[in-house]
This record gives sequence, structure tokens and C-alpha cells, in this order.
Amino acid sequence: MFVFAATGVLATMLLALARAVLGPSVYDRILAVNMIGTKTMLLIAVAGFLGGRPEWLDLALLYALISFIAVLAVLRFSKYGDLGSDDQVRR
Amino acid sequence: MTPLVDAASWILLISGAALCVIGGIGLHRMPDFYSRTHAGGLTDTLGATLILVGLALQAGLTLISVKLLMIVFLLHLTSPTATHALVKAAYSRGLEVGREGSDGIPP
Repeated sequence: MFVFAATGVLATMLLALARAVLGPSVYDRILAVNMIGTKTMLLIAVAGFLGGRPEWLDLALLYALISFIAVLAVLRFSKYGDLGSDDQVRR
Repeated sequence: MTPLVDAASWILLISGAALCVIGGIGLHRMPDFYSRTHAGGLTDTLGATLILVGLALQAGLTLISVKLLMIVFLLHLTSPTATHALVKAAYSRGLEVGREGSDGIPP
């Protein structure tokens, strides 16, 4: 049962990777990378249950937080050209 | 692990994985960027929630289920926020709605 879930999540990751390569605009690629991050988190959780180690959920929680912050940082950088504070960025 | 809980866990895991694959296929078939964000958000919230609740049913009533439900709560907060930020950034930079293949970002 975990094998089917892991296979489905892996197939979604491959599809998102194809969109990251094909995407005509840069925002398609950011969307695909966000999806790959979420699916990686799911794959860690399912693989942890598959291998009999449900303690890997802590890794999944941490990875979800980090990928969310990473997507927001990329969007802020692409909008302002800088990751600095609000009174230092060019508007 | 009673057979009823096992069957419910099977159904949730298989349907969650199927929803993820359907969202991935939609990512390729949608004609526009703004439609593709809808397909991506679908996999991030509903597919992930079904898979994680299926795993929580497998684990029973332990600390692991509490951690899984915390992950579900976190996903429901962060995934729509990231999608909204992405669409807002794309729109404010001038990506046109309904035009496929146009990299409409001004230089």
C-alpha cells in the first residue's frame, strides 16, 4: 500500500520536473519547484512508514517549512532584486 | 489493526496518490499559467491531506498521528499562501492572462 502511494508521488514529481524544464515562463518553473518540494515532503513521510521508521516525520515537517520559506525568498528576490529589509530595497 | 481501519487507510492512500498524479497531468494539459497554479494547488492541499490522513490511520493513536496532523495543518496554511504570492508576483510583473507561451515580462 505504501509502495503504491510512493509510486504515485514519484510520478507526480517526474511530471513536475518535466514542466520545470518545458515551462515557457519563469513562473511556471517556480510553480514546478514548489510542487517538487511538497512532493518530496510527502515522499519522505511515506518512505518513512515504508521502511518501518515513522520518526522520519520530523524531517518531513522541517522540509515543508524550509521549502515554503525558499519559495517566498525566490519570489521576493525576483520582485525587488534584493533580499534586504524594506527600507533598503528599490521600489 | 482492524480490517476496517486498514481498508480506510488503503482507500485514502490510493486516492491521495491518484489525485497527485491527476494534478501532475493537469499541470501539462492546462493552456495557461494561471490555470496551472490551480492544478498545482490541488495536489498540494487535497492530495497531500489524503495521503497524510491515511498514514495517520495506519499509525493509530500515538504521537506520530499528532505530528502528522500538525503537518496537515501547516500545509493548509502555507500552500495557499505560496500559490497566492506566486500569482500576485506574476500578475504584477505583467504576465498576461489567457496567452500561452508568451513570456510577457517587461525587460
